[in-house]
Amino acid sequence: MTGKLGLDPALVARARELARRAGQPVVDLARSHTTVSVERAVLRLAGVTGADPDGIPWVNRLVDAVVADVGLGHGVAVPVFDALAREGVADVTLLAQKAAAGSVRFTQPSGKAATAARRASRKAVAVGVRQVDRRRAERDRLVRRYGDPEQRPWIYLIVATGDIYEDIPQAQAAARAGADIIAVIRSTGQSLLDYVPEGATREGFAGTYATQENFRLMRAALDESSRELGRYVRLTNYASGLCMPEMATLAGLERLDMMLNDSMYGILFRDINPIRTFVDQRFSRQVHARAGIIINTGEDNYLTTADAVDEAHTVTVSQLLNEYFAHEAGLRDWQLGLGHAFEINPDLPESFRLELAHALLARELFPDAPLKWMPPTKHMTGDVFRGNLLDGFFNLVGTMTGQGILLVGMMTEAVVTPWLSDRDIALQNVRYVLGAAGGLHEDFVPAPGGFIQQRAHRVLSEAVDLLERIGEQSLLTAIAEGTFGIMKRPADRGKGLDGVARHEADYYNPATEILEAAA
Amino acid sequence: MTAVEKKIVRPYGDTTGDGMVQVSFTLPVAHDKRAEGAAVQLANRMGIDPAMLVHAKQMGDGFTFFVVYGRVNHLVDLSQVQVVERDFPLLSAKEVNAVVKQKLRRKLSVVGACIGTDAHTVGIDAILNVKGIAGEKGLEYYRELKVVNLGAQVSVPELVEAARREKADAVLVSQVVTQRDAHLHNTREMSAAFREAMPAGKRPLLIVGGPRFDETMTDELGVDRIFGRGTTPGEVASYLVHALITNKKARA
Repeated sequence: MTGKLGLDPALVARARELARRAGQPVVDLARSHTTVSVERAVLRLAGVTGADPDGIPWVNRLVDAVVADVGLGHGVAVPVFDALAREGVADVTLLAQKAAAGSVRFTQPSGKAATAARRASRKAVAVGVRQVDRRRAERDRLVRRYGDPEQRPWIYLIVATGDIYEDIPQAQAAARAGADIIAVIRSTGQSLLDYVPEGATREGFAGTYATQENFRLMRAALDESSRELGRYVRLTNYASGLCMPEMATLAGLERLDMMLNDSMYGILFRDINPIRTFVDQRFSRQVHARAGIIINTGEDNYLTTADAVDEAHTVTVSQLLNEYFAHEAGLRDWQLGLGHAFEINPDLPESFRLELAHALLARELFPDAPLKWMPPTKHMTGDVFRGNLLDGFFNLVGTMTGQGILLVGMMTEAVVTPWLSDRDIALQNVRYVLGAAGGLHEDFVPAPGGFIQQRAHRVLSEAVDLLERIGEQSLLTAIAEGTFGIMKRPADRGKGLDGVARHEADYYNPATEILEAAA
Repeated sequence: MTAVEKKIVRPYGDTTGDGMVQVSFTLPVAHDKRAEGAAVQLANRMGIDPAMLVHAKQMGDGFTFFVVYGRVNHLVDLSQVQVVERDFPLLSAKEVNAVVKQKLRRKLSVVGACIGTDAHTVGIDAILNVKGIAGEKGLEYYRELKVVNLGAQVSVPELVEAARREKADAVLVSQVVTQRDAHLHNTREMSAAFREAMPAGKRPLLIVGGPRFDETMTDELGVDRIFGRGTTPGEVASYLVHALITNKKARA
């Protein structure tokens, strides 16, 4: 379905080259730094599990203990496995408990001891990575057995009660009603917790805590639904916030299928330090690549703060950057759920044609990516009737432009958390549009030189201009100056900066070594 | 005081006085004759009589969605309608920015934190972070506000120091944990510390928020304003403009 917009291939290639040039310094930064969360993810792969009586995970206690003795810049794998050998402790979780009690001292060994510790840590982490591999093979098997959804776009629905045991029947009901993908929204504020809570949880604020046990419970419930419905129902959560690498790791270990994982969302919308975010993001994407997880990027969010017409090109720029970072980390095109949204003010003349132009531009720039199409939120009011109409037009753009993943819009957006009946009406809306116009993309060819083509060309050329300006300074400067979503985020500010360290000469991370060897 | 003239209104469908309304709801029963009867009975109890059941559709296993049209027999006397007025006007982000820019002629400085052992930043983040809450952006989004969010478990001395450093016009404190009245103790400790550290005229506006506060306790807690459950960033921003700029003189 390429070629409907008559995009200039040279300009598209130029856009990609500029995105690479803007992103390269950030990748260099990510390759030369580590964070507490990356190191905790390594320990999770190495088999550290559980939490202390206060609910603080042993990985946090262990990383804190290592950092107190030798700092973060060597990576924790070598000091931990060196101590394990010295102390004669059999199990890393046991070592964490001893370290938390203050009965273990960590050092950064050299020579033979260092070599032995490297080897031992790599062996332990390889066990975790093998588990991720097994989970991926298991998904492939289940998809073969139960099959993918019959239609594109896949239908994506959200549940969020705060209680995992309430979420489960709701998610199963949503799957029965037609959802192909279930996303469990996280509790407000989890992104700013510098640890992953433990166990099954029953109280969250406007969402349910993401924990390994909640992941496992929900995946098992949806496996049941897949069997019942004869199609594989996918599960989504969030690899974002201060624990992004650990979330990615837990998702890989528990066979989640999609993760929200944007390159800049945490920086712009949660005021997380830019360097922390880019380092965490690269590691988490390497894990997603290995685990066969589809990432969902968050460009739709820019349009909730900035104007969807004036700033349309920032979405394109961010998609190009997300694509570059994703490819660099080993993700394949089929894993790139690049985001965009139907957020143009409906009172604007020709708003629907503008939406078509933007959506088609994304489709043609990224022909092999399962784009994630996000419903209107900014212009939804308490007028639920108008909201339902707007959602219908959103669905129509989705099918006319061949979007891969469609987040179902609710007419009660901004009114209440969706009721059972809201969800039913919303799904009826989707089914009607896909049923009535599912093949319309075959006939829909914008007139050469017409409104839609012109608009798409203009957005692309504005994106190229912006990428050129970013290239003249750097991406970090652009973020500091408020280029995306209007937020100004300097690289030396924001949450989580104290959990970042530059690599020492002897930095070692067995997980990165294994993940990069495969890529 | 002039007596408001008694004026009776009833809903309008297509004829004056017809009293017609339309409602929709879900009952947790499978769709059958009895379910439809139940829906009509519920509508009757709501004062809709006669009730026309125009749509019934089963959802999942044990739920049915209904749409009912009918004549409601309730009347409303407009002169008897009581409304609680907010004591400050609700402004849009644009209006807030405009007032600050024109009247204050500098950025309005806001410092926020969760104090004491409270690690629940949900409230303060909902009000301050760009992400905001329920589709409304937080105060960081307002160009004319300078927001510093200190996050969780901030001590009172740290907060006072940050307020001084940032020349705060307003200090926002969020308290979620209420065990042993921690939210009340922490708030009193905070307001006392500001009174001790700064003379009355130099003290920032002190605002606390949280789901369990009684909004009438301002004097008792020594703060200027308390915001309860469901407060939006726009309300807080509008209040800041009202208290610090447009209605400044009224503040003692």
